[in-house]
Amino acid sequence: MPDPSFVFAQSLSGLTAAMFLFLIASGLSLIFGVLRVLNFAHGTFYMLGAYSAFQLVQWIGVGPGRFWLAALGAATAVAILGGLVERFLFRHLYGKEELYQLLFTYALVLILSDCAKIIWGTQQKSVSRPPELTGAFHLFGATIPHYNLFILLLGPAIALAFWFVLQRTRVGRFIRAAALDRETLGALGVNVDGLYTWVFVLASFLGGLGGALIAPMRATTPGMDTEVIVEAFVVVVIGGLGSFWGTFLGALIYGQVLSFGILFFPRFSIFSVFALMAAVLIVRPWGLLGRPLK
Amino acid sequence: MSDKNDQEPGNAECGAGAWGRSGAAPPQYKLVPSRARRFPWPLLVLAAAFFVPTVGSRFYTFLANDVVIWALFATSLNLLVGYTGLVSFGHAAYFGIGAYATGLLMKKLGVPFLIAFPAAGVVAGLCALVFGFFCVRLTRIYFAMLTLAFAQIVWAICFKWNEVTGGEQGMPEIPYPSFDWVERLAAVLPFVGGYRTSDYYYFTCLVMVALCIWVLRRIVGSPFGRMLTTIRENAERAEFIGVNVRRYELAAFVIAGIFAGLAGGLFGIFNRGVFPDFAYWTKSSEVLIMTLLGGMGTFWGPAVGALALIWLNQQIVSYTQYWPLILGSILVILLFVFPGGLAGAVIALWRRLQRRPAGA
Repeated sequence: MPDPSFVFAQSLSGLTAAMFLFLIASGLSLIFGVLRVLNFAHGTFYMLGAYSAFQLVQWIGVGPGRFWLAALGAATAVAILGGLVERFLFRHLYGKEELYQLLFTYALVLILSDCAKIIWGTQQKSVSRPPELTGAFHLFGATIPHYNLFILLLGPAIALAFWFVLQRTRVGRFIRAAALDRETLGALGVNVDGLYTWVFVLASFLGGLGGALIAPMRATTPGMDTEVIVEAFVVVVIGGLGSFWGTFLGALIYGQVLSFGILFFPRFSIFSVFALMAAVLIVRPWGLLGRPLK
Repeated sequence: MSDKNDQEPGNAECGAGAWGRSGAAPPQYKLVPSRARRFPWPLLVLAAAFFVPTVGSRFYTFLANDVVIWALFATSLNLLVGYTGLVSFGHAAYFGIGAYATGLLMKKLGVPFLIAFPAAGVVAGLCALVFGFFCVRLTRIYFAMLTLAFAQIVWAICFKWNEVTGGEQGMPEIPYPSFDWVERLAAVLPFVGGYRTSDYYYFTCLVMVALCIWVLRRIVGSPFGRMLTTIRENAERAEFIGVNVRRYELAAFVIAGIFAGLAGGLFGIFNRGVFPDFAYWTKSSEVLIMTLLGGMGTFWGPAVGALALIWLNQQIVSYTQYWPLILGSILVILLFVFPGGLAGAVIALWRRLQRRPAGA
C-alpha cells in the first residue's frame, strides 16, 4: 500500500485532470444534447485555445494580468470561430445523414489542425503560469501548486455557472427545449437557427477556455487535439451523452481511474479507461446519468 | 429470395447510404450500357495490374501495392457501412489485429506466409465476433461509440504490451514471405522470375486481394447480402418478415472484420513493420473517408476511393507537406457537392447524359 500522502496527491492530480476534461467534455455534451452530433472538431477547438493563449501572451508582452487577458481572448476567438463554422458550413448539413455530419467535423479536425501547424509550426509551445499563482503549498504531505488549486475551484464554479445558465435563464430554457423538441420550439416562435449558433459559440468557448487554461500546465503540441477528443468521448459516454451532471461525474471518474491506474497498474491505465467506456456502453448505453434516446 | 437478375453487378445499390432514411427505395438504374456491363472490367483491371512492375518503376509498384491493400480494407468496411448501414468508427481495430497476428507469427515464430496470412483473418474474425456481439445490440451513435471504444482498447493493448507487440516502438522488420520456389520455377519455365522480392510480394497481394474481393462480391450478391441491404433500408420491416436482424448484423460485422484483418496482415509485411497506430481511431476515419470518396454502397466505389486517395496523396505530397489540409478540404467539397462520392458523381453524370438524347 503506498504512502497515504502520495495517494492524496495522486487523487488531487486526478481531480485537476477531471476539471479540464469537464471543461472540454461539457461543450461536447452540449452540442450532442442539442444537435445530436458528436463534434470531433471540439478537440481541435481546445488545441486552438491553447495556441491562441500562447500567441496572445506573446503579443501582450509584459503587463499585469496578461495571462488572464490572453486566456479570455483565446476562448473568445475560438468561440467566434465555432459560431462562424456553424453558421456558414455546418448548418447546411442538418438535414443530411448523421455520418456526413460526423465526417464533416472530422474534416474540420484535419483542416484546422493543419492550419495550426502552418501558423505555429511543430515545435511545442509553452506558456508560463500567471505570476499570482506560481507558488505552491503543502497539505497532508502533498505539494499542491497554486495553479492546480485554482483549477480545482474553477471547475465546479464553471459547472455551477453553466448549470445556472441552463436552468434559470431564458436562453438556457430554449436550449433545453431544443434538445427535447426542436420543431415545437420553432413553431412557438423561437429562432432555432440562431439558437444553434449560440450553442456552438458557447460550446466552443468552453473548449477554447479549457485549452487556454491547460497551456501553463502541459506543453501545447500538434496532435493534442486527437488525443483529447477521445478522452472527452470517454467522459461523455460514461456520464451519459447530453447529460450535464453526467459529464461532470464522468470527468471525475475518468480522472480518478486514470491517476490511480497509473499508480497501481501503470501498464493498464489507458486500457482501463477504454474498458470502462465499453463496459458502460454495454450495460447502460445512455450513460450513468443520461436518459435513453427515444 | 432474390432472383438471378438481382445479382447482376451493374445494378448499383447507390442512393441511400448509411443510416439512410427508411422507406427510400434505391433507384435501379444502369451505370453502364448492358454491352459494356457484360465486359469483365474487374478482370481487365487485374490483368493490367500485373504489368505494373514491368512497365512502371519500383515506386509505382509500391504505390500500386498500397492501393491494392487499402482497396480490400475499404471494401470490407463498405460491407458494414454501405450495405448494412452500420457505421463503425473502429474498423482499424481488425486491420491492426490482423497485422499483429501475421507479423507475430512470421517474425517471432517463423510461420510461413501461407499459414500466417489466413491466421490474420481468423484472429481478426474471432475478435470481431466477440466485440460485434456487444456492438450489434446498440444502435446508431452508441454503436459507433462502442466500436470506437473496442478499437481504442486494441490500440491501448498494442501500445503497452511491450513483450509481445513491441509497445510504442511497434514491431519492425517483418520478413517477406519466402519466394525461393519462384526462383526454382524460373530455372524451368521462361518468363518467370527476374523480379525483386517486393515485386513478388506485390503479385502475392494482388492475387490474395483479388480472391478476397471476389468472395466479398459473391457475398454481396448472395441472398445473404441482399438481406443486409434490406436491413439497412428498414431494419424494422426486416424484423417483421422474420429476419433475425442482430444475427445478420453480427455476421456482417464478423465478415467485415475478417477481411479487414486479411488486409492488415498484408499491410504489415508491405509496410515492413507493424505499429500501434494501425488500430488508432484516426486510421478508422481514414478508411471511412476512402469509402465515402469512392461511393458508399456501390461495390467498386471504395476500391476506386483507395486508388484516388493514395494517388492524390502521392501527387500532393510532392508539392506540399500539408496533406491533411487538402484532404480535409476534399472531404468538405465531397460532403457538400458530391455526397455520393466519385461513383455517385459518375452515376449522376451518366444519367444526365442519358436523359439528354431521350428528351430531345
